[in-house]
Amino acid sequence: MVQDLIDELGRLPGIGPKSAQRIAFHLLQADPADVQRLTEVLTVVREKVRFCETCFNVAEAEQCRICLDPRREATQICVVEDPKDVIALERTREFRGRYHVLGGAISPIDGVGPDDLRITELMRRLADGAVEEIILATNPNLTGEATAAYLARLLSTMGLRVTRLASGLPVGGDLEYADEVTLGRAFEGRRLLDA
Amino acid sequence: MFLRHLSLVDFRSYPSAEVELEPGITTFVGLNGQGKTNLVEAVGYVAGLSSHRVSQDAPLVRAGAQQAIIRAAVVRDGREQLVELEINPGRANRARLGRSPLTRPRDVLGTVRTVLFAPEDLALVKGDPSERRRFLDELLIARQPRWAAARSDYDKILKQRNALLKSAMPVLRKGSRRRTDRDPEELERALHTLDVWNGHLAEVGSSLLYARLRLLRDLLPYLAKAYDEVSAGRGAAQATYRSSLHEEVATQIAGGDVPEQDALRQAMHASFEQVREQEVERGVTLVGPHRDDLVLQLGDLPAKGYASHGESWSFALGLRLAAFQLLRSDLGTDPVLVLDDVFAELDAGRRERLAAMVGDAEQVLVTAAVADDVPATLTGRTFHVTLGEVSREPD
Repeated sequence: MVQDLIDELGRLPGIGPKSAQRIAFHLLQADPADVQRLTEVLTVVREKVRFCETCFNVAEAEQCRICLDPRREATQICVVEDPKDVIALERTREFRGRYHVLGGAISPIDGVGPDDLRITELMRRLADGAVEEIILATNPNLTGEATAAYLARLLSTMGLRVTRLASGLPVGGDLEYADEVTLGRAFEGRRLLDA
Repeated sequence: MFLRHLSLVDFRSYPSAEVELEPGITTFVGLNGQGKTNLVEAVGYVAGLSSHRVSQDAPLVRAGAQQAIIRAAVVRDGREQLVELEINPGRANRARLGRSPLTRPRDVLGTVRTVLFAPEDLALVKGDPSERRRFLDELLIARQPRWAAARSDYDKILKQRNALLKSAMPVLRKGSRRRTDRDPEELERALHTLDVWNGHLAEVGSSLLYARLRLLRDLLPYLAKAYDEVSAGRGAAQATYRSSLHEEVATQIAGGDVPEQDALRQAMHASFEQVREQEVERGVTLVGPHRDDLVLQLGDLPAKGYASHGESWSFALGLRLAAFQLLRSDLGTDPVLVLDDVFAELDAGRRERLAAMVGDAEQVLVTAAVADDVPATLTGRTFHVTLGEVSREPD
């Protein structure tokens, strides 16, 4: 039975056989109340959490917290690949608009094309003309860039402001440790300093 | 630069080996199958992160072992650096420079530079275009390590684009035959997606092509001179780049021109348009640096198919010698020169001339089954290699 638990834990992303074993034995020794709480949360999450009908972020109702919040700007939509990207961007507290979760990125090798992403749904959200700016925040890797390029092309005829998150140097880093691609991008995206 | 120490753990036939090296000429002598080539293969691997004998890493690890380790101490301008590579077949390899681990093994490129001559080099002249593309790209990376990133990006984009051509394109194919029943929206989406990958491939592909063309332009004078010397003045060696781009640009390139990168990118886009139906039909990318070739010529005739065995060898040696001379003048230091079993392949005249041309390199590592194959001018320190034991012959 303990082995079953280890096997189940080992299937989770980012958890190898050793970590799975450590977590399993931790659970066996933990306070029963803690374990109880974990099982409850797991069950509730499975039952209650679903995807927002508007933006496809995780939600506890038909719409997610952000889509329901009237204080969020309806004129800006930030397009991301996954719900976890929404969490990352929300941590910055910079963005006051709304999101759209594509559910992945275009990657022909993995059989993911534009039809497999929530692009039609995004276009539908733009139909009423309320949105003024689309911020493309897909990952700065090959498939993320391809998705951004595809969307930029698709949106180019709609009279919207289409922007892409800047990519460049990490804050607090050293120039000498940056790789050429990152440095090159940072150079391209340099901006004027207001004196 | 020169290697001062080479240390192997579970690499090929060696459970472990420690070899102290010096500048100048070092010869490894031993019967076939004793592990001479394995030593210099390790040197080549540290320099280029690939073997000159196999394309997979698995054969590099001693049977029964999980990983192989190569450590090399290299001295350049009096400064010593320690490179350590861990080869993990099926998993990511790891590299250390000095004592610090590197995020990516390819960051180690450029620390050790080699030019390696091997019996396999004959394929540069007689083999498929892929051999000559590899020669160009490896030299490009030895010269400027940053091209390793572009090379690997190009391969990734190419795989994605080929997957797209194979899978998502039935709508395009259908369109090319019966124009009536294709769904215009679906067609438009397919074209948009293809356009996106065209853009990526043209961006990276044109920069790679531009780099190859500039490299070739710099290499040609050295090639002509090296061939002239190694063949004792018999004929003029030339090489022209055969591009898979559309005819106009391909002719320009074959004529020795190096168009601007922007022009190359536009030419790639235009070529994609031209070959779209064929690409859709066959499901592979037909345009780009991965379809190009380097056409080697002796006088007016192509070397492939026309050159004799001896001439082909002279040409292969000429290419490697030219690479050595180019790196020497570029880096301001000599790459480590490795001659793996080449003397047995050459006649007496070529042996002597090759030996005379490489004798002044900062460090030369030679392997030979028979010590007598190596010209007397190239005798330095000798190591005997027997069943994976490397021992130095007393001076």
